[in-house]
Amino acid sequence: MSVVKTAELAPAAPRARLAGFLSAASRWRVPLSILALCVLPWILPSQALAVNVLIYGLVAVGYNLLFGYTGLLSFGHAAFFGAGAYATGIAIGTYGVNWFLAMLIGVLTAGILSVVMGVLAIRTRGIYFSMVTLALSQLVYYAALQASSWTGGENGLRGFTVSRLTFPGGVSVDFLDPVVKYYAIMVVVALALWFVSRVLNSPFGAVVEAVRENETRARACGYNVERTKLLAFVLSGVLCGLAGTLSALHLSIVPLDSLHYHTSGLIVMMTLLGGAGSFFGPFIGALAFLSMEDVFSLWTANWQLIVGVIFILFVLYLPRGIWGTLLSWGNNR
Amino acid sequence: MTFQLIAMQLFSGLALGAVLIMVALGLSIIFGMLGIVNFAHGALFMVGAYAGLYIAGLTGSFWWALLLAPVLIGMFGMLIERFLIRPLYGRSPDDPLLLTFGLGYVLVEAVRIFFGTDGIPFSTPAALRGVVHLGFGVFPIYRIFVIGVVVAVLVCLWIGLEKTKFGLIVRAGSADPLIMRVLGVDISRLWLVVFGIGVGITALGGVLAAPMRNVSPEMGSLVLAEAFVVTVIGGMGSLPGAVIAGLVVGVSVSMTSLFAPEMATIVMFALMALILLVRPNGLYGRPAAGL
Repeated sequence: MSVVKTAELAPAAPRARLAGFLSAASRWRVPLSILALCVLPWILPSQALAVNVLIYGLVAVGYNLLFGYTGLLSFGHAAFFGAGAYATGIAIGTYGVNWFLAMLIGVLTAGILSVVMGVLAIRTRGIYFSMVTLALSQLVYYAALQASSWTGGENGLRGFTVSRLTFPGGVSVDFLDPVVKYYAIMVVVALALWFVSRVLNSPFGAVVEAVRENETRARACGYNVERTKLLAFVLSGVLCGLAGTLSALHLSIVPLDSLHYHTSGLIVMMTLLGGAGSFFGPFIGALAFLSMEDVFSLWTANWQLIVGVIFILFVLYLPRGIWGTLLSWGNNR
Repeated sequence: MTFQLIAMQLFSGLALGAVLIMVALGLSIIFGMLGIVNFAHGALFMVGAYAGLYIAGLTGSFWWALLLAPVLIGMFGMLIERFLIRPLYGRSPDDPLLLTFGLGYVLVEAVRIFFGTDGIPFSTPAALRGVVHLGFGVFPIYRIFVIGVVVAVLVCLWIGLEKTKFGLIVRAGSADPLIMRVLGVDISRLWLVVFGIGVGITALGGVLAAPMRNVSPEMGSLVLAEAFVVTVIGGMGSLPGAVIAGLVVGVSVSMTSLFAPEMATIVMFALMALILLVRPNGLYGRPAAGL
């Protein structure tokens, strides 16, 4: 997203100010998001909501790398999120591994799974890709359902709790304290955001967008389109896996539903609500989606109906999402 | 493992496949014409089953349900095309997909409001209860009936597409919508009808499936994934592909559940992965250039 160039050619005063703000926001995107995440738990009505925004925000950011920047609409990212969560939970619960190693195992599992799924799915194109990723993630879902001696089947994975995070040197923090928990998870999310920002600024980030804009031309320019897509797929899978491990540590339970393609759908919805293909969009989307859930579920058990209708309206009238619409409004002459 | 048992399992696989064919066919027809994947397809299958349940409760007759539910839901599908999908033509092919996903979400929730979250049993009509003895095994009449209905629908579709003027226009429109418009065919009206037919066929599948399993708001999400597998194996937009892949999937699922029950839910996805490795466009698919 090159927002910088628009600052000097904006005539109308409020738009100019918005454009100036947007360009500054884009330049300082990592420090700015970290600042926002720091104050988040004190703005939102509940600590639990804030942690959810962190975790699903990271999922959406990872997903956005593939959907927003590479232009591949995957409906299978629940598999990576769930695989990360399950692997972490099993490593801690069954094998008594410490939390750090368990997180590593979770991320690695999601990474391996995303390589396998990516190799299969990238053979297909366009609409096929969405269907194949959905079907492959359902394979993972049913596999987890059947392997109930490992995964707990329909009841989900239970029986692992991390109450303290111990670091080398004897330092340890109380992970059950909600504030400590939030900031501990935030440190990981902040590192991931910094990583994503680096990736997007790298030459690889440019190639990824070239593939989205014109695959044939990117190929003609000599870039290996398949490898680029696969790498983007795996990076995004790994980030979702990381979010999955965080979610396992946070909840001390992995529901089976976290593997279902409905979770993938939630990820897609969050990303689109906020604005696919922008840095802040996915986080804003996660924040918007989860806040809506928080508010509407107070009124009615059928809050999904309202959220679904809002999503449909976004697809129809604001396909760029909240942040994307703001960006394009600021950039318009 | 007797021959009898295998024959019966093979047969129930055919009945399972027959329902899958209906769903995949609807998906394929819509994709072939409009170039969009309907992610609300599973939800519409479920809505079809509920419509059948409601009509059967109202009229007290399964036959009215079988007749009216697909027509009503097909008309509902036309409304969806007209007011939600039509504004998206000319935009990225991802947009209708996202929209129909959201729509599926809304439909499931709406059904939960009106019919509750629990599954409702749908009783087999009295005339179709019982079994037939065919010498080498006993077969439930209802499943034979399902296969019969699906075959009848397939024959009607084949005649409709290959032997009528409407079918000619549909085939030409799916080959090149632009030329059709140049020739003065109102293609958007055609798309409206085709979307309605695709949705109606799925709804019929829902009504047919209802007595074989409970009717629940979640039944559609399962079927959607299965229909995707069938469509990917058969080749997107190909009607013979959908039929053959539906049968292959149905039979391999029921056969696996005989020999290795724990693998039954997984086998179709593994099959799809295998096909993707060998033939990325499916058995009968055209290479999806640019789509």
